[in-house]
Amino acid sequence: MIYTLIEGIEIAGLSACVPSKVYDNSTYKWISSKEREKFIRVTGIRFRHIADKKLTASTMALHAAKKLIDDLNINSKNIGILIFVSQSRDYYLPQTAALLHRELGLSSDAFVTDISLGCSGYVYGLATAASLLKKTNSSYALLLVADISTRTTPYTDKTTFPLFGDAAAATLLRKNSDAPPIYFTYGTDGDHYEAIIIRHGMFKHGVSPKSFKMKHIAPGIYRHKLHLELDGSQIMHFSITTVVESIKKFFQQLNINQQEVDFFIFHQANKIILETIAKILKIPLQKVPINYDRFGNTSVASIPLCLVTELSRVLNTEQNKLFLSAFGVGLSWGNALIQTDRIHISEISYI
Amino acid sequence: MQLQISDFIDLLEREFPEINKGVLKEDTVIEQVIEMSSMNALILISLVKTEYGVSLHAKDLLQAKTVRDLYDIILSRQ
Repeated sequence: MIYTLIEGIEIAGLSACVPSKVYDNSTYKWISSKEREKFIRVTGIRFRHIADKKLTASTMALHAAKKLIDDLNINSKNIGILIFVSQSRDYYLPQTAALLHRELGLSSDAFVTDISLGCSGYVYGLATAASLLKKTNSSYALLLVADISTRTTPYTDKTTFPLFGDAAAATLLRKNSDAPPIYFTYGTDGDHYEAIIIRHGMFKHGVSPKSFKMKHIAPGIYRHKLHLELDGSQIMHFSITTVVESIKKFFQQLNINQQEVDFFIFHQANKIILETIAKILKIPLQKVPINYDRFGNTSVASIPLCLVTELSRVLNTEQNKLFLSAFGVGLSWGNALIQTDRIHISEISYI
Repeated sequence: MQLQISDFIDLLEREFPEINKGVLKEDTVIEQVIEMSSMNALILISLVKTEYGVSLHAKDLLQAKTVRDLYDIILSRQ
């Protein structure tokens, strides 16, 4: 099993930003009231924060970043690494991280890049930022994650529209020689790349009038080729087999005691996936914070957003052993164990 | 002890309140009592995994026409 072990790096603080507009799934009239009730009961997703048409993921990320930098009173010139993980970048090119770099006033010799990943992206982003910071003469690394999934999930597709919310989060990493080690493991299964896909818009199929042709896929499902397609059953199967096995392997092969973990923060896919994973792994639900009920599936931002909304008091005041498990598009997954010691959690921002 | 089909039927009746008790038999065509929507597919996959440790695929749900068919798939993977 490939793993990364990083010593001497810790999280200094976290912040998150969501759009202020809220959608209530109990008003989703595209489906019957019986279907709405069942959807909310099974997925647990009632409310989602939705970006309006002019809002970008980078704007939300910038908002979260500025709040965190101000709260921690950091000189942005000391942030030598900036990583932006998103599948909702501003432009085809250039990289959105360059625009964020400009807005944040980072030094011109900073390491600045985008990473294109979705729901698994927080763990990959954290591993990348932490690894770079360890070996770079920079005081801080800033990891920004953001997605506006709602822009690719049409009202006319009942399998995607009610699932997603939009959000961004900022994580500041710093050096501390006393920081306990952080562990990361990873996984990718490209055989099932079609389980979560937007088919047109890039180099395989480009964009043409065909891309915008709405198709009737099944009752209650109309979409075109620039819309998100989700194979719910495939994703469920993946979550309860591949993801579960990766978590078991993480604890067994790294010789870490699962019982010592204070909180298990899973990617906030939905209630049935998370509760099934927790049940299989015998994790008590009190150790599994959730916020999909009020924010939906917020893609790459879901883990840090959950830390901000559900654990701010304990993270602010205590030491905690956190297990993070992110999984989704690719299909890909990543797990991490990180110990925190009274880290700063900014108040959530609304934009 | 081997999973009994009667226990499997009881479980389905508990998890799908829309099915009236006593309606489900071995040869009941599943689609006639449980609409194979994406929500119900998720419920079935989760249920079979947590109760019996068996992972179902979407294609299993397509292939299994009757309660007996689904039961046989679960049994074969235990």
